[in-house]
Amino acid sequence: MLAEPTDGRVIEGGRAHHVAHHFDTAEQEFESGKLGMWIFLATEVLLFGGLFCAYAVYRSNHPEIFVYAHRFLDKTLGAINTAVLICSSFTMALAVRAAQLGRRKALVSLLTATIAMAACFLGIKGIEYENKWKEGLLWGKRFHAQLERPAAPALPAAPAPTAGASAPEDRSAIPPAAIGPRGLARPGQRGESLGVEGPPRDVQVFFSVYFLMTGLHGIHVIAGMIVLTLMLIRAARGEFGPSYFTPVDLAGLYWHLVDLIWIFLFPLLYLIR
Amino acid sequence: MRLGQFILDRLVGGAAVQTDGTFWMPVQASSGAEPVDSIFGFIFWVSVFFFVLIVALMVTFVIRYRRRPGREDAEPSPRHHTALEVTWTVIPIAIVVVIFVWGFKAYLDINTPPPNAYEILVTGQKWKWLFTYPNGHVDEDLHVPVDAPVRLVMTSEDVIHGFYIPAFRLKRDVLPGRYVKVWFRAIKPGEYQIYCTQYCGTGHSDMWAKAVVHEPGGFERWLEEASNFLKTMSPSRAGEQLYRTRGCAQCHTVDGRGSTGPTWKGLFGSHVPLDGGKTIVADENYLRTCILDPTQNVPLGFQPVMPTFKGRLKDDEITAIIEYIKTLR
Amino acid sequence: MASNEAVIGTGGLEVGGNALGRDNYLNHGKGLRSWLLTLDHKRIGVMYLCVILASFFLGGVFAELIRTKLLTPGNSALMKADEYNQMFTLHGAIMIFLFVIPGIPATLGNFVLPLMLGAKDVAFPRLNLASFYMWVGGALLALGSIVTGAVDTGWTFYTPYSTTTNTNVISMVAGVFILGFSSIFTGLNFVVSIHKLRPAGMSWFRMPLFLWGIYGTAILQIMATPVLGITLLLLIAERALGVGIFDPALGGDPVLFQHFFWFYSHPAVYIMILPAMGVISELVSVFSRKHIFGYKFVALSSIAIAVISFLVWGHHMFVAGQSNLASMIFSFLTFMVAIPSAIKVFNWVTTMYKGSIWLTTPMLYVLSFLFLFGIGGLTGLFLGALAVDVHLHDTYFVVAHFHYVMFGGTVIAFLGGLHYWWPKMFGRMYSEFWGRIAALLIFVGFNTTFFTQFVMGSHGAPRRSYHYLPEFEGYHRLSTIGAYILGVGFLIIAVYLIHSLFRGRPAPSNPWGGATLEWRTTSPPPHDNFATPPAAGDPYDVEAWRWEGSVGGFVPRTPAPEPAGS
Repeated sequence: MLAEPTDGRVIEGGRAHHVAHHFDTAEQEFESGKLGMWIFLATEVLLFGGLFCAYAVYRSNHPEIFVYAHRFLDKTLGAINTAVLICSSFTMALAVRAAQLGRRKALVSLLTATIAMAACFLGIKGIEYENKWKEGLLWGKRFHAQLERPAAPALPAAPAPTAGASAPEDRSAIPPAAIGPRGLARPGQRGESLGVEGPPRDVQVFFSVYFLMTGLHGIHVIAGMIVLTLMLIRAARGEFGPSYFTPVDLAGLYWHLVDLIWIFLFPLLYLIR
Repeated sequence: MRLGQFILDRLVGGAAVQTDGTFWMPVQASSGAEPVDSIFGFIFWVSVFFFVLIVALMVTFVIRYRRRPGREDAEPSPRHHTALEVTWTVIPIAIVVVIFVWGFKAYLDINTPPPNAYEILVTGQKWKWLFTYPNGHVDEDLHVPVDAPVRLVMTSEDVIHGFYIPAFRLKRDVLPGRYVKVWFRAIKPGEYQIYCTQYCGTGHSDMWAKAVVHEPGGFERWLEEASNFLKTMSPSRAGEQLYRTRGCAQCHTVDGRGSTGPTWKGLFGSHVPLDGGKTIVADENYLRTCILDPTQNVPLGFQPVMPTFKGRLKDDEITAIIEYIKTLR
Repeated sequence: MASNEAVIGTGGLEVGGNALGRDNYLNHGKGLRSWLLTLDHKRIGVMYLCVILASFFLGGVFAELIRTKLLTPGNSALMKADEYNQMFTLHGAIMIFLFVIPGIPATLGNFVLPLMLGAKDVAFPRLNLASFYMWVGGALLALGSIVTGAVDTGWTFYTPYSTTTNTNVISMVAGVFILGFSSIFTGLNFVVSIHKLRPAGMSWFRMPLFLWGIYGTAILQIMATPVLGITLLLLIAERALGVGIFDPALGGDPVLFQHFFWFYSHPAVYIMILPAMGVISELVSVFSRKHIFGYKFVALSSIAIAVISFLVWGHHMFVAGQSNLASMIFSFLTFMVAIPSAIKVFNWVTTMYKGSIWLTTPMLYVLSFLFLFGIGGLTGLFLGALAVDVHLHDTYFVVAHFHYVMFGGTVIAFLGGLHYWWPKMFGRMYSEFWGRIAALLIFVGFNTTFFTQFVMGSHGAPRRSYHYLPEFEGYHRLSTIGAYILGVGFLIIAVYLIHSLFRGRPAPSNPWGGATLEWRTTSPPPHDNFATPPAAGDPYDVEAWRWEGSVGGFVPRTPAPEPAGS
């Protein structure tokens, strides 16, 4: 590291970094920052975890919807996006290394490359979203795509046992209990025949899940770009060097998580068998 | 029980407290009530024992060891005692396991209907319960025979409601888009309260109904009479019953207030401006058309959202409804 | 020796003494800006205290209005059914999200944690200030819904009612979302502080139990709150965009919402109680003048409660339509999570054995806590038992149970902690006489209000009910009388505490004889907490302090320990 601090100041790269007054050493400050960032990443995993959970529940109860609907996603664009993000993680890791070694020019270029690739990712995502919009392959209420055969309307009337069968012979119209005509009940238990031609009911469920997951991820990519831009500005001013590169390191950790989440999203949404 | 009533009467007046049942529980009107009450009683006495123990120790210590001149410091005593701490961990674990197993077994019984149960369909909606009997009769109250297993098949038309009969110790959330089952066997003739327990909006606390347990033979008689209400009641009274139980009330008021559909007050014989410019007199033919083919002759200012009742209302039922509308001046 | 001339350090009588006439954190830096932009954890704690107590007052006013309406079983001129529904929703949402969840950690935790660690501040002071402003922003959004369309869903926001009602659910829910971030970042700050800022000599098992409580709470805040976050985002998406995830007509499942919601909201109640238990551990030891009994079990039980609390959420859904197997597992684990809490109660009572019990206001709150939390916890056994819960779920029995644990537990402990640390925070003593009167009124009022509700509930009275059957009128009247007694008790507290800020006797460094590190600095503390950082010892070595009449507080038995070298 450096010569021992006199008053808590450490100098490199032409700029002075003051260790905050409530820390005893720069090392304690750095370790605290790292621990804090890892904890924050844990909260992000839990945030997305809820969505992954919803995905698991819907897919296990209605695999046919997922198998059918995922074909509308463009695997090629998805694969390109995956490669772009993995590349950006690589440049990010190199950027952290550059900061540790005090190589300002390399740090600035690598951060710029990372941000550029993030923008590229968002651009491709934008193209995908636009295609979906044009074809009406949207979430829940907004789904209005023309599928191969007309699927059941998105907003059917509520089940009508309430009017009451008007004759004794209608008694059998009361379906068996705890089995739903909609919702999470498994297909086949509804009394419908499986293997009916054409699209399954409630295809919009897949697109709800798709837009929620990729949408939340996209928001995190945008947030990451903002953070990285701030890092870029500070790096250009020469604020980072061997004794102080914490913000770049922490931003790197965040960016790797954003990448990691996509690496799970891609196969789950695009590559269903 | 009497003491509780006495205290409440003296302190706060007000209506008399629950006079049936015990201090804690309502009357046991179903076969499932007694097991629940037994477990409740066990937990109660276990709780009383530990609570009295803790409070007695606390009070004793506060008095015996209170800070006073000459007792400014504590006496020496161990800072931990492994045997004691293990003991007071293991004994509570054993007790709660007993409570758990007992509670679970009774719960399984509640959730496993016998195969030969009499089935009644229950519908929850904002803000009433409707009960459909196997012969198609729809009623606002639940009627059952005593000593016979009854299965309720329940669904909701809108939001989640909660079906609760305290005297039966019976409760289940009623969901839209799904059917849920519960069962019970009533053991005591009488009338018991039904509540909604899952908050559902403005009229949540008005979703009251009655569970009526009939003496042997009484249920069949009641069902026959109630199902033939078209024959036993005057047409306009029967029409009012149909208004309440067949879905009309959801969109039409009878007191002049606005709603999704036109109010029935003053409707018969009035001149109704239609969407499209014409005006029509609301006579029997017009009303019949509205019920069977509501997309024709939509009144001005209303959306064409009324569903058809073709196949859902018989001719004599439609006649009864029209007779009822005639009485609403 | 007058208390405000006490000498610091070796050979001196007191460690610091009263600092009201000298430089302390309250007068270090003047003006509104120095407060609004402060990075000092103590000032942040005081700001939180003000806004959180204001929220408690607001939620309490709603409660009194609700109880007043409930004097009559039928329609009331005071409020219509819709307004009643909005009022109980607001009472619940304000009390839970604005008061009890941030409660002890944001106020007492922020103030005391760094002091107990002998540190200068928390790990991330700027994040701490940001957390405060997130609280304020979230609170404004949530409370703004009162004006734009007060929510009437109940604080649980169950779908499909919450996705279809035409009140301003989005504003309330967005506010709660932001409040969640305040909670997460506070927890993050505390975890890093405890991991990284402990002084030499303070190993994990030499840490005060209040910090163990805060630590367990912080783990829950960090791990559970994000799930609430995603739940609320989904609710907003459902309302604003029609995503359909909870709508059966669009292929969704309304019960899924309940799973998501309770996955957070059950750990949330342990976020509420763990800090309270930490406070009680401190108070019972100090006011029995005795080392805490069974330190290790008490510390580890906080962690056990935190872990198991993630596994019991389904006990809110025994009648909601989950499978028998799921219900069985949740019931079993619910009973398991009760055990560590019971252990703590036994440890606290045993701490009092052979002690020297000092019945100050904080100690009266400890005794209240043991009584009230005892009832609250034991009534949880009824609700954990499956068949019994079928009868009691969604009745007044549940309302009574959670008020006994949240109010009789957390709020009582909060009051105890507030009275305990008040002299340290503000350098003033309050009136013991009025403190005891208020504690007694609150104890009596609380039991009167809520014990009757157990009996109503077991008789089947449903909760959230504007109308009720006349047979319950007597119970409701008694309950309302209790609520008014409670109100009087709290007003008395407000009066004498505010009065003490201006006229209270100047407090010594250590009025109560505590052995944790915050008592080794002045009352109030200086801006940097300690003139020289103290050495960490046994946090329950209260016997090392003795009463000294001339300072009106406790002084070390031996000369004050050497300050730790830097």
